[in-house]
Amino acid sequence: MALSKIWVHAEFGTDKPSSITLELISKARTLADTVEAFYAGDNADAVAAELGKYGVSKLYTIDTGGNLQGVAVASAVAAQVEAGNAPDLIMFGTTYDGRDVLGRLSVALDRPVLTNASALEVEGDEVRVTEAIFGGTQLVTSAFRCEPPHLAAFRPKSFVAEAGGETTAAVEAIDAPDKGHAKVVERHVEEHSGPILDEAAIVVSGGRGLGESDKYQLIEDLAKLLKGAPGASRAIVDAGWVPYSYQVGQTGKVVKPDIYIAAGISGATQHMVGMKGSKNIIAINKDAEAPIFGIADLGIVGDVHKVLPALIEALKNR
Amino acid sequence: MNVVVCVKQIPDPAVPGELDPQTHWLKREGKLILDDSDAYGVEMALQLATAAGGGDVTLVSMAPNGETSGLRTALAMGAANAILVSDESLKGSDALSTAKVLAAAIKRANPDLVITATEATDGYTGTVPEQVAALLGLPSITFAKKIETADGKVKVERQTEAGYDEVEAPLPAVVSVTAGVVEPRYPSFKGIMAAKSKPVDTLTVADLGLEGQVGAANARQEIISVTPAEERQAGEIIEDDGEGFQKIVAFLESKKVI
Ligand SMILES: Cc1cc2nc3c(=O)[nH]c(=O)nc-3n(C[C@H](O)[C@H](O)[C@H](O)COP(=O)(O)OP(=O)(O)OC[C@H]3O[C@@H](n4cnc5c(N)ncnc54)[C@H](O)[C@@H]3O)c2cc1C
Ligand SMILES: Nc1ncnc2c1ncn2[C@@H]1O[C@H](COP(=O)(O)O)[C@@H](O)[C@H]1O
Repeated sequence: MALSKIWVHAEFGTDKPSSITLELISKARTLADTVEAFYAGDNADAVAAELGKYGVSKLYTIDTGGNLQGVAVASAVAAQVEAGNAPDLIMFGTTYDGRDVLGRLSVALDRPVLTNASALEVEGDEVRVTEAIFGGTQLVTSAFRCEPPHLAAFRPKSFVAEAGGETTAAVEAIDAPDKGHAKVVERHVEEHSGPILDEAAIVVSGGRGLGESDKYQLIEDLAKLLKGAPGASRAIVDAGWVPYSYQVGQTGKVVKPDIYIAAGISGATQHMVGMKGSKNIIAINKDAEAPIFGIADLGIVGDVHKVLPALIEALKNR
Repeated sequence: MNVVVCVKQIPDPAVPGELDPQTHWLKREGKLILDDSDAYGVEMALQLATAAGGGDVTLVSMAPNGETSGLRTALAMGAANAILVSDESLKGSDALSTAKVLAAAIKRANPDLVITATEATDGYTGTVPEQVAALLGLPSITFAKKIETADGKVKVERQTEAGYDEVEAPLPAVVSVTAGVVEPRYPSFKGIMAAKSKPVDTLTVADLGLEGQVGAANARQEIISVTPAEERQAGEIIEDDGEGFQKIVAFLESKKVI
């Protein structure tokens, strides 16, 4: 059974729509006759063209007046719903702006939210979403028991982004009755080279077992040799060794690379939630009892200060 | 400057969680502790109040069974007083219900600034801060990694996908802080003793005028199944004898990535 209409909160990465946006749209397309998106940001025409390839027939654009998205986007969407233009479901990514808009919209429409979802099903007109809890060991499926539109946020990598249902997305500006008062004064972009963490085919992550901040260089070197991205556990992000954008896990990025290498990482449930979906996992840890070995395809019980330099040397000499 | 900090009291995260087989709600029995994520908010609030030349830090918490252990920890750090909302009818509250309760309690303290964490350690919906702000009709800035207040404004460095944004809003406002934003202080012995006699105002749903609007009475979502996730099997585990790296090279070769 299909829903008649789904809306997706669209976001833009550095030069194209975020992968999470394309993932959500690809899923929405399989469940609804009409998929539309709403968007607050630059390059609306380019975004519309790209989203059209994934089956989005209309892109609503919203001017936030230079403020954070939450208030403005929620007020614009709520105004559409109140005017009778309501979808059955509104999908968000579990992202910074996604959660802001979702929270505001939940109050504006007085609707509950389901978040951190990793699966979506429609049974008759019942909308069900599934969330992994307790470090991904249990799957909880909930159904909405209220009038649509239903509101849900999904974790990145829950669905596969696939072009299809190609159309030309019409662009329509909609009014935000309230733009809020949280003004973005300046944006700072932290430079990095190599593939983006959540899109890399190989991820090499380091944890507290590296011992000290200088030793993170081993992770960077190995990642570079493998043309992968460096990642981290929260322990070393909190310790200030690497920026938050490197963090893998429940409160960081969800990654699903072909190869994930965890060096000096114990494998706390909150870390594993973010990398368990990797195709192959290699772990290096000096403690044979470390939980990470429970999910590793190849586990080396050893000292990262010995294994990593030897591995880097061997790869350099190839 | 008066600051309210929302602090959640949660079961010890080191103990594996459990769902009630009947209701599927997270079991929250026994002693609760201060959510680590909120310790950052408490510290931030204390520092901001001091920097602004004084003012009270008030804690607001919703918890079952009149639980105050977590609040006492935050009071021992230096918060002045606390508002606790505890009511049988709040069991099974979703994020929006929680936000309605917190917002009604926060109003009583009439703060210049409200601080929360970005997400709770148990449950972690991650929407409560924004919902609270919306219910209070206040501006909000989420994911703060640095906060300053001056001239009736709050200035925040907000974490983003690409780096961070400098964001400003007029006070009063709601700000959610990320872990690691400040180093939470350890309560001193004196602080712990003082905390025992600090006022904790305990309110019910009726006191807040929210009967029938929150808790399970207003839950509009239902858990229909809980199933174990597919487990990942462990592969080959070997002890490094100095040649362990060769195993990795061979593995990478077999997957054709080198
Ligand atoms: C709400 C919440 C959210 C969280 N979100 C995240 C998240 O998103 N991501 C995340 O990663 N964590 C998260 N955490 C934290 C998580 O619980 C762990 O504390 C963290 O993942 C531990 O990081 P670690 O493995 O680097 O450190 P540790 O747990 O300290 O492990 C270090 C490991 O290194 C090994 N080791 C030490 N020396 C060596 C050596 N010389 N050679 C080889 N191995 C060595 C040790 O045996 C140990 O297993 C979260 C926690 C909470 C409460
Ligand atoms: N029951 C509660 N009592 C006090 N604060 C809460 C409660 N629930 C959520 N919060 C605050 O809101 C933040 C986000 O919660 P959540 O949206 O549930 O992840 C938490 O980290 C707390 O600061």
